[in-house]
Amino acid sequence: MSTHSEVVEHAAGATAITFSKVWICLLGLTGIEVLLAYEQVPLMIMLTALLGLSVIKAALIIAYFMHLKFERLSLFLTLWPFTVFCIILMLIFLGDAMRMPGMRPPL
Amino acid sequence: MSSQVTTAQASVWEGGRSPYATNSKKFGMWLFIASDSLTFSALLFAYTFSRVANPNWPRPFHFSPSIIFSTIMTFCLLSSSLTMVMAVHAMNHGNRKKAASWIFATMGCGAAFVVLHLSEWMNLIRNEHVTPSSNPWGVPLFGATFFGLTGLHMTHVVIGIIYLTIITQGILRGKFKAEDVEVSGLYWHFVDLVWMFIFPLVYLMSVGVS
Repeated sequence: MSTHSEVVEHAAGATAITFSKVWICLLGLTGIEVLLAYEQVPLMIMLTALLGLSVIKAALIIAYFMHLKFERLSLFLTLWPFTVFCIILMLIFLGDAMRMPGMRPPL
Repeated sequence: MSSQVTTAQASVWEGGRSPYATNSKKFGMWLFIASDSLTFSALLFAYTFSRVANPNWPRPFHFSPSIIFSTIMTFCLLSSSLTMVMAVHAMNHGNRKKAASWIFATMGCGAAFVVLHLSEWMNLIRNEHVTPSSNPWGVPLFGATFFGLTGLHMTHVVIGIIYLTIITQGILRGKFKAEDVEVSGLYWHFVDLVWMFIFPLVYLMSVGVS
């Protein structure tokens, strides 16, 4: 069983180069998002693409900058699956948002 | 005595002495982050719901200045996360002065973010005539959700800068340890993390097409 100090040492094993690479990756993904915003694609495709890229960016930040990659699996399993599940539950209502424009009576 | 030994030797999922191998401050911050992420998710969802449900949703974010400013703001926050992780790295190696310098850089990036964000707000209020309750396009929900969401995020950034000021003073006086810097870093990265969703969903989804 590893102690907290061992975990900190493990996290410290990630070098400044690793963090710089992650930062460059995040900047690159942001650039792709900005370029994508000026492509004339349907709203839902745009929403899905931007959300997908944001989730990748969030995962990189949580894993490397917040050191969750170097923490115990038990900490990750306790905190995140349920939080993500609650967030996904909110998406149930998104179908209503897509139907609503078609339900408006003609002026 | 024997019961203590049994507890310490128990497996992680049987409630050993330290099942997460982390200190209580850090675990507390993780719990706060989990709860705050639900708050921001609800606000982001409210904004996205209104955006998708309204075909006449305003698109006031023109390339200049809105998209340029918000992209620079994203750069500021991403860079501040890099400097913050460097501060934690330096503190783990016992280099207090270097850690303080990195935290100062983080605070500088955070302050730049707030200044740019306020400029962006002023542009919307003065030039586009958007307020929390009204706007020229007749969709009052836009102002309410936009200012509510970005205002709450900016409040978090300002609180983060104050928090980091306290931490910097503490580490320069030898009061705080590496774990305190790490906990403040978790908060700061979370603020960055939230912006990674606000920027595309609020700004990029409503770019002005001229």
